[in-house]
Amino acid sequence: MTDSTPAPQPLGRFGAYGGRYVPEALVAALEELDEHRRKAMADPAFLGELTELQRSYTGRPSILTSVPRFAAEHCGGAQVVLKREDLNHTGSHKINNVLGQALLTKRMGKTRVIAETGAGQHGVATATAAALMGLDCTVYMGRVDTERQALNVARMRLLGAEVVPVDHGSRTLKDAVNEAFRDWVANVGHTHYVLGTVTGPYPFPEMVRDFHRVIGVEARAQMLDEYGRLPDAVLACVGGGSNAMGIFHRFLDDADVRLIGLEGGGEGISSGRHASRFSGEASPGVLHGAFTYVLQDDEGQTIESHSVSAGLDYPSVGPEHSYLRDAGRAEYRPITDTQAMEAFRALSRTEGILPAIESAHAVAGAMQLGQELGPDALLLVNLSGRGDKDVHTAAQWFGLLEGDDPIESAPIGQAPDGAEGEGVQL
Amino acid sequence: MERLAKTFAATAERSETALVAYLTCGYPAGAEMAGLITSVADAGADIVELGVPFSDPMGDGPVIQHTAAHALAAGMTLPGVIETVREVRENGVDTPIVLMGYSNPFLRYGLTTLYADVAAAGADGLVVPDLPAYEAGDWIKCATESDLAQVFFAAPTSRPERLERTVAASSGFLYALATNGVTGSRAELNPAIGQYLDGVAAIAGTLPVCVGFGISRPEHVRSLHGRAAGVIVGSALMQRLDDARTASAREDMASGFIRELKGACR
Repeated sequence: MTDSTPAPQPLGRFGAYGGRYVPEALVAALEELDEHRRKAMADPAFLGELTELQRSYTGRPSILTSVPRFAAEHCGGAQVVLKREDLNHTGSHKINNVLGQALLTKRMGKTRVIAETGAGQHGVATATAAALMGLDCTVYMGRVDTERQALNVARMRLLGAEVVPVDHGSRTLKDAVNEAFRDWVANVGHTHYVLGTVTGPYPFPEMVRDFHRVIGVEARAQMLDEYGRLPDAVLACVGGGSNAMGIFHRFLDDADVRLIGLEGGGEGISSGRHASRFSGEASPGVLHGAFTYVLQDDEGQTIESHSVSAGLDYPSVGPEHSYLRDAGRAEYRPITDTQAMEAFRALSRTEGILPAIESAHAVAGAMQLGQELGPDALLLVNLSGRGDKDVHTAAQWFGLLEGDDPIESAPIGQAPDGAEGEGVQL
Repeated sequence: MERLAKTFAATAERSETALVAYLTCGYPAGAEMAGLITSVADAGADIVELGVPFSDPMGDGPVIQHTAAHALAAGMTLPGVIETVREVRENGVDTPIVLMGYSNPFLRYGLTTLYADVAAAGADGLVVPDLPAYEAGDWIKCATESDLAQVFFAAPTSRPERLERTVAASSGFLYALATNGVTGSRAELNPAIGQYLDGVAAIAGTLPVCVGFGISRPEHVRSLHGRAAGVIVGSALMQRLDDARTASAREDMASGFIRELKGACR
């Protein structure tokens, strides 16, 4: 028809990755969202309201905590500093993004938010923001995840949200995302989809990153202020990758700062039961609206991921991570379930800080890197969430519940071999 | 492409709505597909839309999710879908066949090889529900080289400027979503559908417009007569297959339903 006007489309690519692979019925909503968030991010009133919420509701800036006992015993004596996103209201970094998107929802005149959740942290954060701002809220959660994160399901319901267990596919995070998209496409007139990570169709990867960018902005200034220099490496766990993009982004131009993402290595890469998109058989493909690394088989069907951590149990990853990985700017390593749980225990026992199992993957990365770099290294770890929600899983893992056998075949730590039904004590 | 153009020309000539029948390839079994396709074609389907099953069909409702998951579990693959097309062409079925599937299995196969193989098997085009026209540069190029249709979508929320670009990128026909939502039967059509389709048709010009999503009853089909070149029926047909117990019962069920709908096209 109008071959004279090949209009420019903001495709939102990070190199080859990203884009907007969605049903046509969603394109208008994504364009509307992009328009509103661009205006909002340039509007001092919006930014002022968000900053005030971050200060007086979330509790920002989050502090840095040095963990010398943990570092001396487990990290080859390297200096390790935690960015305490676990101290945010609702217990993780997720609130940063959710407050921004909830404010945008009101700005767009919509009255209902929906969200997907894996570990439950994003669902809890969305339910919280919805309660705060008077929005209706529905959260989709894979049936398997509702079972392993039952407390977070109750939290969301206490906050007034409807939680819908998803019984399709692998009944985990990826299926909750599918279901949230299906709801959105049918209710797009009054509903905003508060996507919880840095993937999905443009503008989500960029918008969610920008709402989390405050993590790295604060941490970089705090490092210079409190430690007199930038860290040698910044470490963060990567499921979809929002906490990692949030802390990495401000350091991208600091060429001497290594950026290291820790993926869910599950039972090990060779087992095939893992959530590592950057090692093993993953390759670029399209899932959930973005072209990025995806765990897929030879036919292009999504492979189910596996991780002890519900928040990392996702077969795809934010497209900007794919770009940073190919460009060599960021490195990604798998951390097995066992390594993560060992880090969980180590940090708990040496510092009195229970990390979320997701964040324990980043802590495990610091244990590896500290051993590699030695005592002169200064490592910054994004402690993206706290472990309260994981007490049941961890207690099961270590065999601390009456009548439970440890999940591990070989108990770790100081447990006497063959100590029946007791395992390791946290 | 030529088969599609001839079909739309013939139905328009007869003042009929073209009937597009969707079947998930591999449901309930790969071995039944040739029989089912032949049945719906013989019963009056003007075009067959053959679904390539995908693990994460974000645009589909429960019926097509279920049939796709079943087909995958039963071993259907994209090469298997292409082989099915070859088989029905060898059996002499001349009804246009378009493949409908999500981007990733197609990308994984490799676009250049894909279009060449699809064309060689005798299919007529591709419909990719998670591929908007602006992401489809490489796809359109391959489709043009293989003389295959590349079908894109219009939605009630599509603004006229976007629709113009979508129409410019489309070949074969334009797939107009009757409603914003996922695939699946609905009791009533969107009450504003007439006005919406008139707007789409004005922009589409000579490109035939087929309406889908929620169309499940003869009265739906009848009410769209003269408003669209074609109607697409998917979930309602698959639901009927699900209700039958044997391969021949499924063929009878599909034939009967298609005959009933085709009657409403005239």
